[in-house]
Amino acid sequence: METIPYTVEPREDTGLINAKLGIWLFLASEVMLFGGLFSAYIFLRLGAVSWPAGSSILNVPIGTFNTLVLIGSSVTMVLSWAALAGQRFDRFRLYLGLTMLLSLLFLVVKGFEYSEKFSHHLYPSSSSFMAIYFTLTGLHALHIIGGLVVNGYLWGPGSKMWASDPERFTNRVEIAGLYWHFVDLVWIFLFPVLYLL
Amino acid sequence: MTDVHGEQSFWRKYIFSIDHKIIGIQYGITALFFLLFGFILMMIMRWQLAYPEQPVPIIGWLLGEEGILLPEVYNSMGAMHGTIMVFLGIVPLSVGAFGNYFVPLQIGAPDMTFPKLNMASYWFYFLGGIVMLASFFVPGGAANSGWTSYPPLAVIATMGQTMWLVGMVFLITSSLLGAVNFITTIIQLRVKGLTWMRLPFFVWAQLVTAFLLLLAFPPLEAAGVMQLMDRLAGTSFFLPSGLVVSGQVLEVTGGGSPLLWQHLFWFLAHPEVYVLILPAMGIVSEVLATNIRKPLWGYRAMVYSAIFLGFMSFIVWAHHMFLTGMGTVLSGFFQTTTMIISIPSVIILTAFLLSLWGGSIRFTTPMLFALGFIPMFGLGGLTGLPLGLAPSDIHLHDTYYVIGHFHYMVAPGTIFALFAGIYHWFPKITGRRMNETLGKIHFWGSFVTMNGIFMPMFAQGMAGISRRLWDGGLSYQFAQDAGVLWSNELISISAWVLFLFQIPFVYNLIRSIKGGEIVDDNPWEATTLEWAAPSPPPHGNFTQVLTVYRPAYEYSVPGAVKDFLPQHQPEEG
Repeated sequence: METIPYTVEPREDTGLINAKLGIWLFLASEVMLFGGLFSAYIFLRLGAVSWPAGSSILNVPIGTFNTLVLIGSSVTMVLSWAALAGQRFDRFRLYLGLTMLLSLLFLVVKGFEYSEKFSHHLYPSSSSFMAIYFTLTGLHALHIIGGLVVNGYLWGPGSKMWASDPERFTNRVEIAGLYWHFVDLVWIFLFPVLYLL
Repeated sequence: MTDVHGEQSFWRKYIFSIDHKIIGIQYGITALFFLLFGFILMMIMRWQLAYPEQPVPIIGWLLGEEGILLPEVYNSMGAMHGTIMVFLGIVPLSVGAFGNYFVPLQIGAPDMTFPKLNMASYWFYFLGGIVMLASFFVPGGAANSGWTSYPPLAVIATMGQTMWLVGMVFLITSSLLGAVNFITTIIQLRVKGLTWMRLPFFVWAQLVTAFLLLLAFPPLEAAGVMQLMDRLAGTSFFLPSGLVVSGQVLEVTGGGSPLLWQHLFWFLAHPEVYVLILPAMGIVSEVLATNIRKPLWGYRAMVYSAIFLGFMSFIVWAHHMFLTGMGTVLSGFFQTTTMIISIPSVIILTAFLLSLWGGSIRFTTPMLFALGFIPMFGLGGLTGLPLGLAPSDIHLHDTYYVIGHFHYMVAPGTIFALFAGIYHWFPKITGRRMNETLGKIHFWGSFVTMNGIFMPMFAQGMAGISRRLWDGGLSYQFAQDAGVLWSNELISISAWVLFLFQIPFVYNLIRSIKGGEIVDDNPWEATTLEWAAPSPPPHGNFTQVLTVYRPAYEYSVPGAVKDFLPQHQPEEG
């Protein structure tokens, strides 16, 4: 045996390629990571003497805007994969580029939110609420940056694979997409929990 | 397609290798080094416990001018002994080394599904190890709040604790990447005919272990991030309001909960217990089956038990926390789940024991270690029952009884299984067999001294001796009155003699690489697929395309010519 099987062709009994199973498992562990933090949030809030309403501290319109930005980036991510499935490499570049721009926009807005908090002397050390806010959103932002690196690779140097092994490249974009939707999904939980509840 | 063949440079072949076998060996060597290191820490601590405040011989000069082990250094060593043994020694050896090397071989795969990820997980582990070692040299020394790093103590501890947390983040990353790789490999790369119920039990054990690592470690990572925030960004996740340190109220926002850490930590650390024991059970089942020359008794029951064990291990964690005042309802729940989880372990152990019945046993060195595992693990398990029930646990909590209990699991338990694995699979890795006489000296010496170390701890613990006494109880009246402190010396001497009995092992291991008796590809006449590969297996593992025709342990099949039928052999003959 020369090569590792099922990198492109799905295995018959599982119906999966290796990388797709791998990413689902990775996402399961991510669920546990954010799950740990969310349960910490619940634990601290239940034990707290008083807990501020998120909307009294955080800027809900900006948060809503950022939610829309991330949902938009998920849509363009799907479109970039669909473009590859339809053999349109130019469109793939366009949509994946848009995904990256939207995720950058998200980070810039997040950065403004952070600096606004700092200018009002609100730091992680200010209260339990600010502590969990900065920890959760900070960890989420790290995941956005991770996604940007992956997407940047697939947009740039990694896209050479389109010429040599288009099927595998399409799979890679799909898998990067699964990750990206997960990061989006985490935010969709984060936003109401931190901003609205 | 990933090409796993081809010419490679020295660096690619031996250092940044993507071959699962080289990575397995890298894990093995690094883990053995850390096991020795953790053992040395303990031997120094045992001097202090046996002969309190007397200068430590030989290496005393390392500990300062007078050569006495100071309390703060003792605390560092205790915390790091636990951390190193669990996260840098046993798990990397049982999962990183044995899992990496033999899971692909036993399922007939050319490599792991993601070879580069595999390399990355080794190097994350290596970095984590370096960070942990480096932490001994920062101001205040290495982490000194116990391997459990309970806040608030850990949050206000010296810089070593920050290093500990950073090191743990590396180790957790390594485990996660490894777990993803193991599960995909086992699900996707089994050769034709290797159905689930034909898998060697070792592979099942590794699969369940990988799921535990995958799902239990992230909450600890979350907790680690929060403790880092507490230490570096001034948050109060784990610090309650009005905390008084050295007579002064600590200036923090407060509102946090030290119990939150305990919940998140034990949510990892209880499944971690099974991460420590399941691969060991896997190794023992391989060694047993080969040396009793008959199929394992109750294979299916063992598989279902392992899976059930995996599920249950996620809902027993708070039995480590009976003293936190959780109330009778919660404690009742966790006592019940804890009693339930003991059942699958007993099933597996019983299957091992009944497998021996009617076998024609070959008493080779690996078999001796596997046989040693059974009563030792049994003792560890039985002594765990009083700890799983709150009424008795409240008395035994944090005493030497607990130390005795879990060391019976992991020292003469898991570590014996790991030794069995090394002797059993050494011929596959090198093409040579290790010396049997030296191996038997190693086994009997270790077996006696291990019991000399851990048996007296039960008595000490039941007499109420706390596990955290720096001077072995010298300055504590209650410890003096208990009348069990004389055994401190016995325990310590046993520990040092245990060290001496590891010398024949290390000598045997190194000498046999070049000087061991040369053997063929299947020296133990075993049935599983790794023995169908050449010794050592080449890059890509197998020289022929394999198909599996039968269950894993077809020994002494009636009517067959030989007393074993390899899994890949089409018809007997």
